[in-house]
Amino acid sequence: MVSDRSGRVVLVTGVSRDLGRRFARSLAADPEVGRVIGVDVVPPRGDIGDMSFVRADIRTPVIAKVIAKEDVDTVVHMSVIATPGSAGGRSTMKELNVIGTMQLLAACQKSPRVEHLIVKSSTTVYGASSRDPAMFTEDMGPRRAPREGYAKDVAEVESYVRGFARRRPDCRVTMLRCANVIGPHVTSPITSYFRLPVIPRVLGFDARLQFLHQNDLFAVLQHAVRHPVPGTFNVAGDGILMLSQAIRRMQRPSVPMPGFAVGSLGSALRSARVADFSPEQLAFLTYGRGVDTTRMRTELGFEPAFTTEQAFADFISLLPPTGGYTDRMLAALEQQLVGPAMVGGGERG
Amino acid sequence: MGDAEIIPIGTRGRPGRGTGTQPSSAARNLAGGARPKRKPAAPATEAPAAPEQQKPTEADAPAEVPVADLERGPVTTRERHPLRGIPTSDWLAAFQHAAREVFGENWEPQLAAFLAFLRRRVTGDYVVDEYGFDAEITERFLIAAVRPIAEKWFRVEVIGAENIPAEGGALVVSNHSGTIPVDGLVTLAAIHDHTGRHLRPLGADLVFRMPVVSALARKSGATLACNEDAERMLNGGELVGVWPEGFKGIGKPYSDRYKLQRFGRGGFVSAALRTGVPIIPLSVVGAEEIYPLVGNIPTLARLLGVPYIPITPFFPWLGPLGLVPLPSKWLLEFGEPIRTDEYEQGAADDPMLVFDVTDQVRETIQQTLYSLLMKRRSVFR
Repeated sequence: MVSDRSGRVVLVTGVSRDLGRRFARSLAADPEVGRVIGVDVVPPRGDIGDMSFVRADIRTPVIAKVIAKEDVDTVVHMSVIATPGSAGGRSTMKELNVIGTMQLLAACQKSPRVEHLIVKSSTTVYGASSRDPAMFTEDMGPRRAPREGYAKDVAEVESYVRGFARRRPDCRVTMLRCANVIGPHVTSPITSYFRLPVIPRVLGFDARLQFLHQNDLFAVLQHAVRHPVPGTFNVAGDGILMLSQAIRRMQRPSVPMPGFAVGSLGSALRSARVADFSPEQLAFLTYGRGVDTTRMRTELGFEPAFTTEQAFADFISLLPPTGGYTDRMLAALEQQLVGPAMVGGGERG
Repeated sequence: MGDAEIIPIGTRGRPGRGTGTQPSSAARNLAGGARPKRKPAAPATEAPAAPEQQKPTEADAPAEVPVADLERGPVTTRERHPLRGIPTSDWLAAFQHAAREVFGENWEPQLAAFLAFLRRRVTGDYVVDEYGFDAEITERFLIAAVRPIAEKWFRVEVIGAENIPAEGGALVVSNHSGTIPVDGLVTLAAIHDHTGRHLRPLGADLVFRMPVVSALARKSGATLACNEDAERMLNGGELVGVWPEGFKGIGKPYSDRYKLQRFGRGGFVSAALRTGVPIIPLSVVGAEEIYPLVGNIPTLARLLGVPYIPITPFFPWLGPLGLVPLPSKWLLEFGEPIRTDEYEQGAADDPMLVFDVTDQVRETIQQTLYSLLMKRRSVFR
């Protein structure tokens, strides 16, 4: 057993993707962590810092050898992916998510050294429907069990992780259900949706959104590595943004259209490789979702640095507005009517 | 002429006496005095500039008439080209007048504040709570729109508003009627006007499934009627409103008016018991008569997935006109709060107790309804 904390060996999966690589790199710089081993099918592109990369497929038993050989005591599982992206089709994605997790957990179970497992899950597991409560706590489940796509993968991954936690009670399992991660450089279904020049939205519905800044994602994972607390935790920035409000803040024009039209437009955009629009996103953009983060504060002891609002502001800081005519018109009107001295003097509200 | 003693008061300065071809000298004097004042403005602004024309917003339309009366000089008979439109100076004058009408004498800072508000809305620079409640919009638009209807059309009378606690969680339980849940909106406005607190309604899941309605409901502070949300709101110290009769209440035929329907499964009582907040029974009289429901089309309703398709004496026969509610007299009585914090721990899991409290609330509302009905002289008075 590795008792000395400074000698901890952390295995991070999914480092070929940007978030995984950045996290592994920042973790490797942490003095409390001895070694960071990154694992993925394809090598990461970009600076990997002090991380040592092992090219291994988590869908094969090779991963067990890596864990045994490197004396890994902490495993951070980050390779549950939301979209196939470069990996291939939906079947590849499902294989990576579900079979990959099963193999990884089997390897962890075999190795007595592994004493801490951290899984980056997603709030997608709660689904999104009209019958949802306003804020999901960790004890609640989806109102309708997901039947396909990423949501189903996440649900299956979580059930395997719970099974692992039962079989290895000595291993602390931390499951982090993260809200949509957002940041200037994040590529995900939700960020590519917001990067569209004209944003389609579902007519007559206004979704409640919660975001987690990418820095907070790294911070919470690092926090979990340093202070192992077993359990399941919702992780999200404080506050709520309405979809309409978010679009107004971006100053981008939006087109309200019926739900089915947004869905077919989304799949058209996906096949045209314009945006990574995933099917379960339609329900999310219709009804939205909020998660309760009390347990994240009280039990995990983590405090996100960015609120939902700040995370979104940071995300849009690099996006040029494509609309905003109404605001400019109002500003001009303000100038003309009340004179420059009065502008901004209104303190109502 | 020697008619100097005739001062044309009733004609508003217009050369009004005589045949109309030759104005009287008094009229000419008055007209002559007024004309040079307007002269410099008029010729310079014959061609209205496009952006200037858009400036006066919807507010200036009704206020234009008084401007013409007060400030404009005598009517000229000079032919204007029909396509010239209204001169910009008139637009500006009308706008300034409208602004003065709406915002009072101190209109400039008020208008600046209003524009700042508009800009904040347009740029999304406002805050909603975790249920999506937008207090600003609710106060400025929803309640402001409902208030005149409640006060002038339904002449709402509120009794016992002091029973609503000034702070802390409380559960308002009300009867439900009226084919369209207008009673919820009126209660929302009445509570806000009498206590300054926002009522947070709990809505059926159909509300959140319907487009437009769902977005409006969330904005006005509603959330789904489920135990999780009810308890969360009550723990958060909100004033929560619930209509346990649900669609059975608003969709009941006119012949069943003021007969309370089954009170759901008593979920609201267990939520109140768990959080220990008082239950305030609210009896609404008057909402039953706004759209007397005399028929239903169950087949079409099933087809559309809604609880009922109403037929009233005026709808659908008169089309949109049938949507105008009848001006019945409304009485809202808030009863004595029923305390729930005196029961021991775990009382919410005792179904018998929950049923008892549910019946107590139901009985209170039913009895109050009868006494209010006795008090009301007729449906419309």
